[in-house]
Amino acid sequence: MLRLYRFLKPFTFFIIAIVTLLFIQVIADLYLPTLMSNIVNNGIINKDINYILRTGGIMLITAAVGITCAIIAAFFTSKTAVGLGKILREKIFTKVEGFSLSEFDKLGTATLITRTTNDVTQIQQVTVMIFSMMITAPLTSIGGVIMALRENKSLTWVLAVVIPILAAIIGTVLVKGIPLFRLMQIKLDKLNLVLRENLTGIRVIRAFNRIDKEKARFDYANADLMENAIKVNKIMAILMPLMMLIMNFTTIAIIWFGGIKIDQGNMQIGSLMAFIQYAMQILFSLLMLTLLFILVPRAQASSVRINEVLDTKPEIVDPQKPVNVFEKRGVVEFKDVTFSYKGSEQPVLCNISFTAVPGEITAIIGSTGSGKSTLVNLIPRFYDVDSGSVMIDGVDVREISQEVLRAKIGFVPQNIIIFSGTIAENIRYGKKDATMEEIRHAADIAQATDFILKMEGGFDHYISAGGTNVSGGQKQRLSIARALVRKPEIYIFDDSFSALDFKTDARLRAALKPEIKSSTVILIAQRVSTIMNADKIIVLDDGKIVGIGAHRELLKTCEVYREIVYSQLSEEELA
Amino acid sequence: MSEEIKKERAEIGPPMGRHGGPAGFAGRPVEKAKDFKGTFIRLVGYLKPQKFKLIVVFIFAILGTVFNIFGPKTLGKATTKIFEGIMSKKALADLLAAQDKLTKLAADPATATPKVLDSLNQVKAGIAKIMSTNGGKIDFHYIQIIILILITLYLLSALFNYIQQYIMAGVAQKTVYKLRKDVDEKLSRLPLKFYDSRIHGDILSRVTNDVDNIANTLQQSITQLITSFVTIIGVIIMMLTISPLLTLIVILTLPLYILVTTVIARRSQKYFAHQQKSLGELNGHVEEMYGGHKIVKSFGHEKESIETFNQINKRLYAAGWKAQFISGMIMPLMRFISNLGYVIVSVAGGIFVTRGIITIGNVQAFIQYTSQFTMPIIQTANIANIIQSTIASAERVFELLDEEEEIPDSKNAMVLKYPEGEVKFENVDFSYKADEPLIRNMNIDVKKGHTIAIVGPTGAGKTTLVNLLMRFYEINGGKITIDGVDIRDIKRGNLRSIFGMVLQDTWLFNGTIMENIAYGKEGATEGEVINAAKAAHADHFIKTLPEGYNTVLNEEVTNISQGQKQLLTIARAFLADPAILILDEATSNVDTRTEVLIQKAMATLMKGRTSFVIAHRLSTIRDAELILVMNQGSIIEMGNHKELLAKKGFYAELYNSQFLGANLDEQQAV
Repeated sequence: MLRLYRFLKPFTFFIIAIVTLLFIQVIADLYLPTLMSNIVNNGIINKDINYILRTGGIMLITAAVGITCAIIAAFFTSKTAVGLGKILREKIFTKVEGFSLSEFDKLGTATLITRTTNDVTQIQQVTVMIFSMMITAPLTSIGGVIMALRENKSLTWVLAVVIPILAAIIGTVLVKGIPLFRLMQIKLDKLNLVLRENLTGIRVIRAFNRIDKEKARFDYANADLMENAIKVNKIMAILMPLMMLIMNFTTIAIIWFGGIKIDQGNMQIGSLMAFIQYAMQILFSLLMLTLLFILVPRAQASSVRINEVLDTKPEIVDPQKPVNVFEKRGVVEFKDVTFSYKGSEQPVLCNISFTAVPGEITAIIGSTGSGKSTLVNLIPRFYDVDSGSVMIDGVDVREISQEVLRAKIGFVPQNIIIFSGTIAENIRYGKKDATMEEIRHAADIAQATDFILKMEGGFDHYISAGGTNVSGGQKQRLSIARALVRKPEIYIFDDSFSALDFKTDARLRAALKPEIKSSTVILIAQRVSTIMNADKIIVLDDGKIVGIGAHRELLKTCEVYREIVYSQLSEEELA
Repeated sequence: MSEEIKKERAEIGPPMGRHGGPAGFAGRPVEKAKDFKGTFIRLVGYLKPQKFKLIVVFIFAILGTVFNIFGPKTLGKATTKIFEGIMSKKALADLLAAQDKLTKLAADPATATPKVLDSLNQVKAGIAKIMSTNGGKIDFHYIQIIILILITLYLLSALFNYIQQYIMAGVAQKTVYKLRKDVDEKLSRLPLKFYDSRIHGDILSRVTNDVDNIANTLQQSITQLITSFVTIIGVIIMMLTISPLLTLIVILTLPLYILVTTVIARRSQKYFAHQQKSLGELNGHVEEMYGGHKIVKSFGHEKESIETFNQINKRLYAAGWKAQFISGMIMPLMRFISNLGYVIVSVAGGIFVTRGIITIGNVQAFIQYTSQFTMPIIQTANIANIIQSTIASAERVFELLDEEEEIPDSKNAMVLKYPEGEVKFENVDFSYKADEPLIRNMNIDVKKGHTIAIVGPTGAGKTTLVNLLMRFYEINGGKITIDGVDIRDIKRGNLRSIFGMVLQDTWLFNGTIMENIAYGKEGATEGEVINAAKAAHADHFIKTLPEGYNTVLNEEVTNISQGQKQLLTIARAFLADPAILILDEATSNVDTRTEVLIQKAMATLMKGRTSFVIAHRLSTIRDAELILVMNQGSIIEMGNHKELLAKKGFYAELYNSQFLGANLDEQQAV
């Protein structure tokens, strides 16, 4: 966690101010019992009311100084802690936006989100706690001991006995309690798992008439959790009463031994009273410090997760001297490309070589896991190849800046992603300065105009986050329109027609044809009917090209292609 | 991917700030219940079975607090005794010195004036008085007694508090257990309609987060509320017995506490709302951008995305530090007010002591009381918010418990022991929403062993059929019969056991493969499971797994492939041996080899059974006795293949575009 605090550098002044202010505040708070003791020792015993009033005035001023410092410190603390949160979020987000897909695969999208949001909030809150409590508590303990020593040196031995006892008890309870707390979390997770399964499998559970069995399963997890919770709480039940007992016994001890000292003339009555108060302040601060043991490990986990993101180096970086001049336009060439994902032994793609040129449709077909999507992901350099090279317009993609490279490509991914915003905004995502005319045209080709106009507000219809108010097929068409409006050199359709019904699919492909005449089209599909008219079909099996050519050619020469075709079409249709 | 994220996020729980939580008092907005009183009473009802224990807890909590409250006053007596002792000692020393001097003067006749003699007598009387009260010494015997009393008081107090919390652990957890159980049982009685119209995350959150919130409150806040209340009252009473005037002065600081909390709470509300809003926006943006990372990268939108993020982040900071600052002021202010009380007690108490109105020990007791006072007041302010959020949680849980249930089986519901599998729809009307009729006056007659193919564009409403046949949803008119019996007259459990489902969204749970297949039949033997797996062509792949049939499927069931999951579901159906099947032929995300296995297994399974098939294979469709053509949830055409082609309707068009799509493509492109 300390490593994250390197980002506190801009707040150095604030932090110095916070520590100083809190120090003054602690001194002010600690000075009050001394003043009270003066009232007793000098005012009451001498019956000097003026002295009492004067000292009271000083006490008021002291308290006022204390609160002023505390409030100014709170001001700096919030600016610092929340500022740290802001900086962390900014750093993480900027870092993550620079990640390639391979870093996303490694870390996982869901945890990246929690790391950017919840984990930072966690750090921010703990920082506030550290600045307010964790600074004042040690200061108060140390200051309290000094003040206690000032009041009476020899009585301090009481504290020397009590503090280790207190520490030992807190330690024991924590050591016993923490594993049980952890266990409780595990049991709670188990209960939630059963519940989640019951929710997602509700149809099957009812269809198989297993409601009672599931109830028993839930009940078992529920009872298990309850028993553990009772156990934990019974252990924790001893903590507070024991703490109070120790504090109260400390007070009694101080009174008894203090009384003896007073009798011997070694101590004054006011000092005794002040001493009791110091002892309480010290013990309370120690209790506060135990919060540290609970808070810091939690923040520690968050900071480890955040550091992991910040320490990740993106694998894909722009070249030092990117190539900006291209001799060809829209030519995609794979030269003996082999690629494997991080950590897997087997390459996903093996010795892939082919060329796709403008005006042609190059289709890729193959069973799941054959490497189709992986292949097209290499074109916009989402991943780097192991060996061989991917060339765009005659230049290796690793020698082109990512921005220039991707500007050449219109990508329609398999998983449809639509952002919150209006329909027009979503299409315009493909081309920042697209006119309304261009957007309408793209929607027309993507067969989206019909449903867009039916929606309230038409192109200004707002799509909510996750696109829950549009259907899968509609999203897919918007995603196609977004690529079309870009008018790129290269189109990549990664199984982009799957959510469309056959009719729309056919119409879309027909409308697409004139549009993409001068572009290179690379298309992945599951349906043979979608690709059988492509200029070139690449058949992938297990990461290798097992056939390349036109439909009729492949039917004759390629076993895998035939297998796929026969599983989808009947012989009459093939004839 | 984005679906998964949504799911996960939903399960993480509601956005921050929904639960006031322990840190929720610092002016954070707290969710309020709609019907506080009603929900409160109902929640209390859950505590009823624990009434006796709860009363014990309350009594012990009160006793523990009361014994604790007696402490400072008793301790003060010891201090007073020390003070008196030391004062007498000083006075005695003075008197003895005076006596010495006066005796000398009295011994000398020259100075033995009557005045001297008089003084000597006075001094002697003073000495005698001191000697008779405490002998001019600190009365350690008395202090010993006081200390013994104190030790007893504190020990008892600690003991009572411990017992109280110990019992409460059981009370709270058992109550929560009961609540969870009720919710779970309720869930098993709710109709499918409920599940289809709710986000799973929301239901989950009610059973977990909301119930947890209630558990924490029961465990801690209730007794805390009692002890705080007793402490405040007790402390005031004790202070009154010492000095009503001083008590009045101290109580004058009370409104200050209330003032500070309410003023700050009101002021901070605005900033917290802003903060919450910005945080929501920020989370939304992060979620979208990370979820759509590929698109952001493809279209080169990184800079814009960071720009937007920074703007939201800036707003979050602006609102965030102010909210933090204002709530951060509460503790220092509380401490200041407490210090104010301290100063007042020291000064006023000091003056009172010099006037002899109260003793020094009383002042000390007062100081302790004022500090004992502060904590409960802060806690009570805190608890008020915690209770509000708890009641809001309870209300959400009760809302769930109040949902409309499935119509229970009728009393004379029957059991079809040997179902044939003849299904009839007679004038069936159905709709999910009252104003959007889906199925109107549908009539079909399915004979034993027939295959009914359901075709249509994706998302055409195949689940509707499952919903109606299995009576997950109630039809609005007409009737559905099996072997001539209205399905509403068949016991639900029996009705559902007549059907077997093999759908694409397979449901497997965290358990062994053996357990997952055995799910199809209660009390299935190992042999039966293996036979079912063999029939489903699943035996082979299961055996290749490291643990075979004992392989544990992980929580997300990611350790076997989609196709293998489907095979397991088929095995489950084999084991269940139903009379009627509902099948989904779709095999997307399945590799070619497994696909062949699935098709084979399905064909075997369908033999001799009445089957409703969501058809994707042409051969199935053509061989089906009846084809139902569905579009957007309703059945638009029905008949067999030949009849439907002759009709030249939707089916004919669909058929042509699907299987002769390539031709259409060429025609239009010209």
